Amino acid sequence: MDVDPSSERNDSDEPTLRIAAICAAYGNDRHRMLDILRDVQEGFRWVSPRSLETVAACTGLSRVQVEGVASFYSFLSLTPKGRITIRLCDDIVDRFAGLAAVAAAFEAELGIRMGETSADGSFSLDYTPCIGMCDQAPAAMINDVVVTRLTPERAASIGSALRAGRLPLEIAVPGHAGLSPAERAAAMVENNIRHAGPVLLGPVPSDAGLRQALELTPTAIIDAIEASGLRGCGGAGFSTGRKWRAAASEPAERRFVFCNADEGEPGTFKDRVLLTERADLMIEGMTIAARAVGAREGLIYLRGEYAYLRDHLEAVLESRRAGGRLGRRIHGIEGFDFDVRLQLGAGAYVCGEEGALISSCEGLPGEPKTRPPYPVNRGYLGFPTLVNNVETFCHAARILGRGADWFRAMGTDRSHGTKLFSVSGDCLNPGVYELAYGLTLAELLTLVGGEDAAAVQVGGPSGTMVDRANFHRRLSFDDLATGGAIIVFSARRNILEIVDYYMSFFVHESCGYCTPCRVGNVFLHKAIGKFRAGLANPEDIDYLRDLSQTIIETSRCGLGMTSPNPILTTLQNFPLVYSALVKSSPDRVRASFDVQSAIEGARRIARRRSTIFDEDYT
Amino acid sequence: MNETRKPRVATVSLAGCFGCHMAILDIDERLVGLMQAVEFDRSPLTDLKTFTRRCDIGIIEGGCCNEENVHVLQDFRRNCDVLIALGQCAIMGGLPAMRNAIMQSDAPLRECLEEAYITGAYIRNTTHQIPNDPALPLLLDRVYPCSEVVEIDYQIPGCAPGGDIIFETLSSILAGRFHGFSRDSFKFD
Repeated sequence: MDVDPSSERNDSDEPTLRIAAICAAYGNDRHRMLDILRDVQEGFRWVSPRSLETVAACTGLSRVQVEGVASFYSFLSLTPKGRITIRLCDDIVDRFAGLAAVAAAFEAELGIRMGETSADGSFSLDYTPCIGMCDQAPAAMINDVVVTRLTPERAASIGSALRAGRLPLEIAVPGHAGLSPAERAAAMVENNIRHAGPVLLGPVPSDAGLRQALELTPTAIIDAIEASGLRGCGGAGFSTGRKWRAAASEPAERRFVFCNADEGEPGTFKDRVLLTERADLMIEGMTIAARAVGAREGLIYLRGEYAYLRDHLEAVLESRRAGGRLGRRIHGIEGFDFDVRLQLGAGAYVCGEEGALISSCEGLPGEPKTRPPYPVNRGYLGFPTLVNNVETFCHAARILGRGADWFRAMGTDRSHGTKLFSVSGDCLNPGVYELAYGLTLAELLTLVGGEDAAAVQVGGPSGTMVDRANFHRRLSFDDLATGGAIIVFSARRNILEIVDYYMSFFVHESCGYCTPCRVGNVFLHKAIGKFRAGLANPEDIDYLRDLSQTIIETSRCGLGMTSPNPILTTLQNFPLVYSALVKSSPDRVRASFDVQSAIEGARRIARRRSTIFDEDYT
Repeated sequence: MNETRKPRVATVSLAGCFGCHMAILDIDERLVGLMQAVEFDRSPLTDLKTFTRRCDIGIIEGGCCNEENVHVLQDFRRNCDVLIALGQCAIMGGLPAMRNAIMQSDAPLRECLEEAYITGAYIRNTTHQIPNDPALPLLLDRVYPCSEVVEIDYQIPGCAPGGDIIFETLSSILAGRFHGFSRDSFKFD
């Protein structure tokens, strides 16, 4: 395609030229596809068929390849969106906190319904899965700006201010102009730190870990991390030291250190707090990892929902560069170069899986990769790539600063150190708690003011729903493993409504690559609907178990391997909820089949009654 | 059970094409032995329209598309110890269930009937009416597989299932040694 700016132009060429300029700003690099499409979306409020062609021409791809990416991410739209797009967080916690009334208030104020865009292109209203604000639900994103603790009144006033032409940022943070990016982020979203532990949220000296690391050989750094017993904090709990060692020992010309800041597990928001409060520590940890594995390039993959933190993180990166703590000759050491780029996601839960995260960074749809090879062997662009969670990097920096023994002494035998818990739901003090591994759920509930909980979802939807009889269980990798999400439900909540919501979440977030996950989760979701409607038969319980097992055994990545957990763990811990809804019949004729409603339509069309099933028929 | 009496078998075709009953005949000469081993009660093969006695096995072809299908299937469930769903229509709804795909309509059943009797491109219906004789059973809102209406004990898949598989399955059920199909019983292209 001819996109030479000097060629004769007319009005209709203008968008094409703008898009070509966007592509050029990223070097027409197909691996930067997500950035290109994010900019196109931001500039035009949609990715039009024509934009797809222009982007394809500029990056040397086919149109369908670009469309495959554009259609994958929920923040990219193939139909025009409003200049202001309001995305209400549709998490179960938000629903229980009054989401429906807030949505109705926005609808009334803006004159459009959820899912619609106003005719003049001003506004779009949408739902989006958890945006990481469960401790201040209901919440919403207005373009990149986050507003929390919404009420119908506040929604109406936000709607009318937007209609009056006020900018989202002005509404969310009045007087934002005089604030630094960090202050703006803090003013927009409360961090609700309820309990600061010794490792992460207490006082943290600047770069103490990095200075210590520079005294050590790379191998000694890895030895220290391994000796500390640190395990990945994203949820899977793999030994961080072993991961680093694997990345370091793979022969390669280039290596990468990636920070996974894509916490999408509903109910998780601890990385949000670290990104706001401990960004320096996190980047310090990445720098230490770079020293240990020999990487010169780093990347922070920030979930699109946290775009409000972008300026803050860029400012922290810039200040580290200016202070000689990032970039060339870090701390004056010749040959120690490491720099970090910020990559924004665009609303896809599965990109929190490290393979999918790498695919996303490569400009592909965020689909997991086949393992092995593991990312530490062949990851980003085929080079060894170390991917760790935000919290893991923060821990690593502290371990170098204070010593492996100090860290190892905290927690339990196989789960060392502290963990951040994001607590939300029916409790008095929702927020973030830094606590040593090994405390019981009951102890945590006392801390958070949730003693009368009837059920607690530990680890988000892919974790475990725990009943009261199991509140003595311990939060550690040996018992109740968690990436940090703790969602408290009181006895007023309907367990199956929660399960229903979580299954709809997995249906929405399945990347669609493998059939067990793409199709199986739809079947599971439908089956739960049958239970809720009182149409389930006794063997439907076996069906739930069998299908869940099939999905777990045959799915390609962690999403499908854990998506049946809401069903399996409630079947185990709340069996009566299911059995109470099952209809059995002594004569083996299904009580769940209602012939009267099945023939009602035909009765109306035929204008007569049934000779068989209307008993008063004469 | 009286030791000397033969097992009693009933069969019926609901919303099916009778192909599965034809497939029963594909048992070929083994049918002679089967006829000696069992006694057919209510069945199109005997032309008995009602049960004369309780049966050991009921074989169902077709799913449920109308109220009469439901009534007959429920009658089979109440009068047979073991129910076998024979063929895809009985198991999944099969070809008749294609009408379940009319989902974008506010009145899918009416749309289905109108296309079938009035608006369809190849319809020659001089009355321009949807048939509505009181003797006609009312249609259900959609086509249901048998297992949604009554409990089904065994399923023999296929469209139609082959004579061999029908014979082997029936024989082993009658002998009380049926424990599901082996992995290589079915091969689909």
